[in-house]
Parts: sequence; structure tokens; C-alpha cells
Amino acid sequence: MRRLLFILPLLTLALMAGFFAWSLTSGRDPASIGSVVVGRPAPKLDLPALRPGEPPLTDESLRTGKPVIVNFFASWCTPCLAEHPLFTRLREREGATIVGIAWKNKRDDATAWLKKLGDPFKLAGLDLDGKTGLDWGLSGVPETYLIDGAGIVRRHYRGPITERDLNETILPFLKGAVK
Amino acid sequence: MRGLLCLLALLFALPALAVEPSEILPDPALEARAREIGRSLRCVVCQNQSIDDSSAEVARDMRRAVRERLTAGDSDGDVFAYMVARYGDYVLLKPPFKAGTLILWLGAPLVLLVAGAALLLAARRRRATPIVAPKPLDEEERRRLDALLKG
Repeated sequence: MRRLLFILPLLTLALMAGFFAWSLTSGRDPASIGSVVVGRPAPKLDLPALRPGEPPLTDESLRTGKPVIVNFFASWCTPCLAEHPLFTRLREREGATIVGIAWKNKRDDATAWLKKLGDPFKLAGLDLDGKTGLDWGLSGVPETYLIDGAGIVRRHYRGPITERDLNETILPFLKGAVK
Repeated sequence: MRGLLCLLALLFALPALAVEPSEILPDPALEARAREIGRSLRCVVCQNQSIDDSSAEVARDMRRAVRERLTAGDSDGDVFAYMVARYGDYVLLKPPFKAGTLILWLGAPLVLLVAGAALLLAARRRRATPIVAPKPLDEEERRRLDALLKG
């Protein structure tokens, strides 16, 4: 019994070391706030079109039977600039359906930004007051959602998507390999 | 005098809130409820600030949504449910009591209980061991002691 007590500190140390090792290697991000929309039908969408003369964004825009990528962006957002070429590539090489939503952005600023950098969006909406962003559980821009053909959200990226996200998840998702 | 003024100013200083005058509701009762709720909702971009304390864009949207829901006649519980449906339990500064948070709520009391029980047990055991009077020295020991004391 007494000898067992002497092992206790060592045991505690081993437990803590194990937890720290797991934290370092498992890719756990303590700053991640998670997302409750994943696994659920995409939240309500009812926004005016960003580009003049186009139809508004509605729930039907997401229920096409094919995977859709929804990207919230803004012309004032620097990380959006970083991920933009990836969306261009997805559009041009993979023919992906990408819906862009300008968040808290003046219409002219957003359209000028797209004109300058290229416009990868099949449909684009304007969420000037951020209300749709709130419904989508948005914490800022850029954020990206992968929505499957049935309209269910499968992934939610907070922050810019990366080359790695593209190769490991987004491309397989477009081919229907990611659930 | 100046010291006294400084002290008074410190005593009556209000905490700096990010709530802007334009956001405040005309109905003071409703605004008070909005403040109460805003204090317990966590800003989703600043880790450990309430939405009332944070000047982040999203926090402002959330404050506005809280006021819109209240004006529409929602109860406080409805407003919390509205936020949890969008941001999960993360938005609650006070986490709910449920299966996933059991260890959070019960962990510390449990440790206290276990440690307290162990201490009690140890104390009781110590009391149970009788204090025995030392054995008297035998001949050999007495001779050695005498020699040592003399030496």
C-alpha cells in the first residue's frame, strides 16, 4: 500500500506526459471553436446578388444535387487574398461550383476586387449587414463550407483554405469521396 | 484634495463596454436584459471576452441579434438557444451541465471528496495505533549507555 503511494507521482507524470504528447501530435487545436453546422442542412440563404442583373441567392442555389463550395469573403480581408488563387484553380481546373458571399463589404468594393483578381464564383451574394453570416455561425472572413448534393454541410473551414486542404479534402470531396 | 478626487474617480469608474450608444434599445428594461445576456455570451473571435466587452465585428452583430430577438418577444432562454444553434456551447461563458461537461463540473468536487476521504482514513488509522511505552533496557544496553555517558 505504502509502496503504491510512492508510484503515484510517477504515474501522474506519465499521465501528463501522455496527454501533452497526444496534444502535440494529434493536431488538436485548443483555439478551435468548432462548428455546429457540420452534418446539418445548410443554413438559410436569402441574399441579393452581388453582381448586377443576376438572380438572388436562395436555398435552391445550394440544392443542386452536386457538391457546392460556399466561401465568405471581403475585399478588405487579407487572408482572402491568400486563398483566392485556390478558388480560381478549383473553378478552372476542376469545374467546381463555388458560391461567393461578400461579407460586410460594399458592393462596389467587392466587385472591383473580383474584377482585379478574377471571379471564380458561379453565384455571388452580398451580406452587407452580416445577418446571414450569423445564421451560418460565421466568426469572420474568410470561411468556407463544403456542402454535398443533398444540401448537408460536410466541412467548415475557419480561416483561409490551404493547398493541403485542397489536396486532402476538397478535391476528394468534389469527387464524392468525402462524407 | 486631488488624491481624493482621483480616488472618487476610480471608485465610480464604469467598466469599459464595447456596446455603442447607437445599439442601445430605447426600452431600459429590455436593454438591461440584453446586457445581462451579453455578459454571458462569449465572443467567437476573442477566446475569453463577452460580446459586451468585445469590439469585434462579429460581437457587434451578436449584440444586435440579441436585441432583435428580445424586441421580437423572445425569452432569455430563447436568445441563448438562438446563439447555441449557430455557434454551439462555445458561446456560453458558463458551460451547460451535461454528459460532455461532467468532468468539468464534477472533477474538482470529486478530487476534494477523494482527498478528504483519504485524509480522514489516515487520521483515523493513526489514532487507532496505540502508543506503546518503550521496552526497558536490558543489562547489555545499560552497560553500554553507562560507558557512553561516562566517556
